This record gives sequence, structure tokens and C-alpha cells, in this order.
Amino acid sequence: MTAAQETLDVTVHRGTTRGARYDRFEVPAHESQTVLDVVSWIQQFADPTLSYRFACRVGMCGSCAMMVNGTPRWTCRTHIKKVAPDGKLLIEPLRNLPVIKDLAADMDPFFDKWTAAEAQHHPSQTRHDPIEAIDPTDATRAEADLGVECINCAICYAACDTVAGNPDYLGPAALQRAWTLLNDSRDDGRQSILDAVSGTGGCHNCHSMGSCAQYCPNELNPMRAIAGLKRETAKSFFKGKRNA
Amino acid sequence: MKAPARSHPLWFAFVLHRVSGLGLALFLPAHFWLLSQALSNPARLDGFLAFAEMPLVKLAEFGLVFLLAVHMFGGLRLLALEFLPWSDRQKTLAAGAVGVAFLISTTFFLKAI
Ligand code: HEM
Ligand code: FES
Repeated sequence: MTAAQETLDVTVHRGTTRGARYDRFEVPAHESQTVLDVVSWIQQFADPTLSYRFACRVGMCGSCAMMVNGTPRWTCRTHIKKVAPDGKLLIEPLRNLPVIKDLAADMDPFFDKWTAAEAQHHPSQTRHDPIEAIDPTDATRAEADLGVECINCAICYAACDTVAGNPDYLGPAALQRAWTLLNDSRDDGRQSILDAVSGTGGCHNCHSMGSCAQYCPNELNPMRAIAGLKRETAKSFFKGKRNA
Repeated sequence: MKAPARSHPLWFAFVLHRVSGLGLALFLPAHFWLLSQALSNPARLDGFLAFAEMPLVKLAEFGLVFLLAVHMFGGLRLLALEFLPWSDRQKTLAAGAVGVAFLISTTFFLKAI
């Protein structure tokens, strides 16, 4: 951003999936300004009816993701000078999801698929059992650790063209969590996870385009996790364990 | 909605794999039909082989060999990605597949002209 540039030219998606329009705003430029700062400025000083979502503002909660100039990003940690050096911004709700209003995407399909992939903990013990020791240097544990920093922001889901082309595809985030649990010695759902991720919308839909890994703000690699699921489901299939 | 940013190496590798796969699916039936002419209608095959001596056809052949090679090496990369232990060098491998395919198809072209 040049010093002379005092305002940003911001175009914002308004409305829902059924009817959308684009509004333009002039927003004062500041040093160290984030995309979320810009959206908040519009809502506070230009149009209080603008709907959007955020919570932590520090890249922990995963609620602020939007399309910024066509790229899915966590807006609270995306600096304007990095993504719009010319001061022009197009801000839209996350791709591949229905829109509730303006910049707030409907996350229901995303989390429904999370459940459909069996990406939830299947306890192997009860609270009455002694606490199990976990060896952090164990190779399987290390593989599980690679995925635990996922903040459920749905940026990978918005980035993926396989999701765009196949509404049934479970998507990178849900599959990565399924892979994490498959490698977690405390999880007891191995067979149900393998069954869930090898169905019609499962891991074998993935074409390894790698947009999930490219845009994940935490630099995780769902493509690697999905490749792991492809391997494990194939192995289990050839061993005849799959009861399909 | 603005088209999402896709300009990264593995996405290009995907597009190349799909385009080359479709190209092969279109070309191979014609190729096999032509080979069959060696048995059923040699005169027609000879006619075509004369046509295939034209420079433009040579260039098109270069394209086809490139598509086949890039699809094969790209496909081997995908199979390795899916069935061998994970490697972080996917971008390098994809670039390598394009490089080897280019080497093979250019060698073919230089021998053909
Ligand atoms: C030479 C050996 C070959 C190898 C190793 C190979 C490998 C592969 C692999 C691994 C895929 C899946 C790609 C993905 O998941 O996106 C694929 C897709 C495909 N292949 Fe091949 N293939 C070969 C030859 C051929 C031939 C001869 C044809 C033409 C008839 C062909 C046509 C296709 C098509 C149309 C696709 C779908 C593309 C897509 O889904 O993006 N392939 N190939
Ligand atoms: S507001 Fe929590 S991740 Fe951006």
C-alpha cells in the first residue's frame, strides 16, 4: 500500500444464495489493517445491517473465513497489504456453502459431513479407567499430531474443486479429522471410520489437486491425510475386512 | 462470484492429467482403428502413413506423445501418492513428470523429422 492511498475500494457480497448483490464502500486505510478490520469498519461506520461472523480475532476459532479477492482466507489474520496491495478488495462468503446472509456462510453441510465421516471421538475407555500413557514419539501418534491444529474454518472446503463438483463429497476437513482419529490410539472407531470414508462421498473422490493444503491457514495438509485414508481403506478392502 | 485462486502447481498437474487423459481417450480409438487397417486394408494404411509424413502431422504426433508420457508419469506420481508412504515432494515430482514427458516427446520429434 502506498502512503498516498488513504482509502480502500471494497466490494462486498450482500444477500443470500437466492438473491445477491454487491455493495461498494470506501474504507479508511490503516497500517497493519486486516480484512476483518475492514469488514468490521463497514458494519460499525457505514452499514450496520452487514452480517458476518468472527469471534477470537487471533486465528483460533475458525469462524471468520471468507473469500478475499477470490481466495479463501482467515480474515482476522489476513493483512490488507498482503492480499490487496492496490487497495481493491472483493469480499464474499465462503465458496461451496449456502449463504445465510451477506458474508455469513451456512456451515451446516460442512459439519454434517464432519459427522458423516465419523470424524468424532469413539471412546475406548471410561472415566473410571486409569489415564492411558501416550508416547508422543510414536510414528502413528506423530501422524495424528499433524492434523490436530485444524480450527474447522472450512477454508479447505471452500478451496476444493472436488467439493464444488460433487455435493456428496465429504471434503478435506472432515476426512483429515477422520484420519487423525484413525491414528489416535485412544479412538475405538477404526472400522466405522473406514466404512464412513470409503463410501460414495468418501476419500477416493479426491483428485489430489492440493488446494486444501495450499490455502490451509495453519499449513496443515489434508491431501496427505486423504492419501493415508485411501491407503488404509484399500488395504482393508483387499484384506476383505470391509463388510460392504 | 470471482473464480477462486487456483494457480498453484498441483492444481495445474490435475488439469494436465485430465486434459491428457481425455486427449488419449479421443485419440486411441482412432489409433487402433488405423493399426487394424494393416490387416484389413493395407492400401489405406499406406495412404495414411504418407499423410503422416507432413510436418504439421509430425508436430501433432509430438503433442500426442507428450500427452501420453505426461499422463503416464503424472499417473504414476498419483499412484505413488495414494499407495506409497507420503512424500512431501509432490510439486517436485509433478514438475519432474512434465520434464521427463517433454524429454521423451522431444526426442521422438527430433527422430521423426
Ligand atoms: C499409461 C499409463 C496410465 C497411467 C499410469 C494412468 C493413471 C491414471 C490415474 C492414476 C488416474 C486418476 C487421476 C485422478 O485421481 O485424478 C487417471 C485418470 C484418467 N486417465 Fe489415465 N493412466 C494411464 C493411461 C491412460 C490412457 C491410455 C487413457 C486413455 C484412454 C487414460 C485416460 C484417463 C482419463 C480420461 C482419466 C480421468 C481424468 C480425471 O479424472 O481427471 N489414461 N489415469
Ligand atoms: S476470528 Fe477466530 S479465527 Fe478469525
